[in-house]
Amino acid sequence: MNDSQLRALREATADGVTCDGLSASRDDAGYTFATPEVHHESLTETEFDALATENPWFVSNWHYWRDTSETNGAFLRWIEHASELGVRERYETLVDGLTREWGQLLVTATLGTDGERSYELRHTADADVENLDSYHDPREARDIATLDDTGEYRPLKTAPTLREGWRFPDLDGRDLVRTVEFFYPATVANWYRERQSDLDVTHFRETAERQTGIYDVVDDLDVDGVERLAETCCVDSQCLKRREWDEDSETTLDVPRGDGEFPCREPCSLVVAAARQFAILESEETRTYELELTPSERSQLGELVDAVADGRVDEIREADVGDGANRYRARYLRAKRLAEGEFESLREKSQ
Amino acid sequence: MPALVIVAHGSHLNPGSHDPTFAHADTVRAAGAFDEVREAFWKEEPSFREVLRTVESEEVYVVPLFVSEGYFTEEVIPRELRLEDWDVSLWDSDGTDADTATLTAADVDKTVHYCGPVGTHPAMSDVIVQRAESVTEDPDVGEGFGLAVVGHGTNRNENSAKAIEYHAERVREMNRFDEVNALFMDEEPEVDDVTDYFESEDVVVVPLFVADGYHTQEDIPEDMGLTDDYREGYEVPTEVGGHRIWYAGAVGTEPLMADVLLERAADAGADVDEALDIVRKRTATPAAGD
Repeated sequence: MNDSQLRALREATADGVTCDGLSASRDDAGYTFATPEVHHESLTETEFDALATENPWFVSNWHYWRDTSETNGAFLRWIEHASELGVRERYETLVDGLTREWGQLLVTATLGTDGERSYELRHTADADVENLDSYHDPREARDIATLDDTGEYRPLKTAPTLREGWRFPDLDGRDLVRTVEFFYPATVANWYRERQSDLDVTHFRETAERQTGIYDVVDDLDVDGVERLAETCCVDSQCLKRREWDEDSETTLDVPRGDGEFPCREPCSLVVAAARQFAILESEETRTYELELTPSERSQLGELVDAVADGRVDEIREADVGDGANRYRARYLRAKRLAEGEFESLREKSQ
Repeated sequence: MPALVIVAHGSHLNPGSHDPTFAHADTVRAAGAFDEVREAFWKEEPSFREVLRTVESEEVYVVPLFVSEGYFTEEVIPRELRLEDWDVSLWDSDGTDADTATLTAADVDKTVHYCGPVGTHPAMSDVIVQRAESVTEDPDVGEGFGLAVVGHGTNRNENSAKAIEYHAERVREMNRFDEVNALFMDEEPEVDDVTDYFESEDVVVVPLFVADGYHTQEDIPEDMGLTDDYREGYEVPTEVGGHRIWYAGAVGTEPLMADVLLERAADAGADVDEALDIVRKRTATPAAGD
C-alpha cells in the first residue's frame, strides 16, 4: 500500500467501500474500517489511517480492483481464484503466482509493488519451458495466432493448433485481456455473459435461416446432417470452444459439447461454410455401386479416410508400409485399382 | 470515449487477407482518437456477430473496409451486427455516396454509427493517386502517365462498377494524369486489354481491392500479360505491347487508407481532427530519394 492508495480509500469512504472482505465508510460518527478479522467504528482519521496501514493488502487489493471494468474485472479475478481465496491467502500465493488455463493459453498472475498485478501469458505446452521468445505488445498475438507450427494458416482462432515457443512476460490487466482476446476473440465477453446467465445462444436452425447469398442453402441441412456437422467441426479435437448451440432450443444434439472453458454461442463462419458444402453434397441421392477389392484393400480405404479425418497423414512414417494410409500403400492401391482417379472395377448397379 | 470498429471480409484460406485491416487499425490506434479500435471479419474472428460485445464504449463507429456499396455493406454487415431498424434508405445513396446512420444493436446496449464503406468515400480518390505515387516512387507522377482504376465488376451488383467509375472520374478531374480509365476483371472494358485503352507509354494500374490475394496477385498480373505464371513474379514496370505497366497491387494496402477510415468516422460525427493530421503526416508518400 502507498500513500496515494490510502488517500483514495479515505476519499472513497464517503460513498462506502466493500471489496473482498474490506469495508470502509464514513458518517457523522466517524470512519468505519472492517476486515474479516477486525471491525472498528467511530474512528478518527488518524485511527482509520493506522488501521489501514496495519492491513495494507486489503487496501491495495481494493485499489487494484476499483478501476477495472466489469468484464475485465470478472476475468482477472477468476485468474487469481478470487472467489475461492481470501485476500491474505491470495496475496501469499500470488508471490509464486496463481494460474489458469484458457484454451491453450496459460495465464499466471503475480503480485507487483503496492498490490499491482502482473500477468504472464504462454502456451500451456510451454509451462516448464525456459527459453521462449518474449513479446510485450498485445497486437503481436495476432501474428502468433495466424499460422500453426507447420506454417499453415489457422482460419479458426480457437482450433487447438496454437503454436508454441513464445511468452508475454509482463502484461497489466487491461493488456492481458486484450492479448487473450487477440488469441481467442470474444471469448472473455461470452464467458462473462454466461457467468451472468445472460449468454445469448443462437442455435443452428436460426443461424441457417438467417443466411443469404451463397449460404442460403445451409438451411437445407437436416438435423442428422447438423449432428454430423457438429461431430465434424465442433468437438474438442477441432475447436476449444464449448458448444452451447444445438439444432434449436428444443432439439439438442448428441455430440459432446466439449470441455472448453469458454462457450460457443452460435455456429461460426467456418461451420457455416462447411455446412453449405455438406448441404450441397447431401442434396444428392445415393446409388448402389459394385466394386472389386480384396478384403485388405477394403479395410485400407477405411484407414485412408481415418488418417485424413484425424489429421494423421503427416505422422505416418515413410517406410511404415504396414499402415494402410502410408504413401507407398496408397500409391500401390492407385496403381492397381484406379485410373484417372476412378476405380476401374467400379460399376453402378441399375436401380 | 467512443470506439472504432473496422469491419472487413477476411478469409478462411489466405493468411494475408487481414494484414491491411490490422495495419490501418494500428495506424488509427497510434493516432489516439479512439480508446478502443477493434477489427472484425466476415470470415475470421471476432465475427461481425460478436465484435460489439468486445468493446467497452457505449458509442461505436463502425466503418466497413469494403470497396463498394452493395450486398455486404447494405445487407450482411447490418444484419450480422444486429442493427435494429436498419434500412438502406437511411444512407440515401445512389451507390457511391453512402454517409452514416445511427442505430442501436439488439444484443448490446450501444449506439452504433454505421458508416458507408471506405471504397466510396471521396478521399479514396486521393489514396488511388498516392498508390500511383508509391509504385512509381514519384510524388509528382502524372504527366506522361495514364492511370487505370481496376475493379472486379460483376453483373450481380451494379454498384461494384459505379465505385470504380466514380473514382476514375474524380481522378480524371484532377487533370493530373494524361488519361484515366476504369477497367474490370469480369466486364467490359476488361483489364486484359489494358494496352488498348491507353495511348500513354506509361500506365499505372491500381486495383480497387482491400487486400492482396488471388485476384490482385494472380489473376490481374497474368491477365495483363505481366507474367505467364504469377509464382515467378513480375517487374515494376513491365513492358507489355509497347507500354510500361506500373502495377500497383491492391490499393487497400496503401497506408493512407487509414485516413479514409477516420474520414468516415468524422463524417459520422466523431471528433478526430487531430488524429487526421497525425495519420496524414505518417502516411504521406515519402519524397523521391528518401
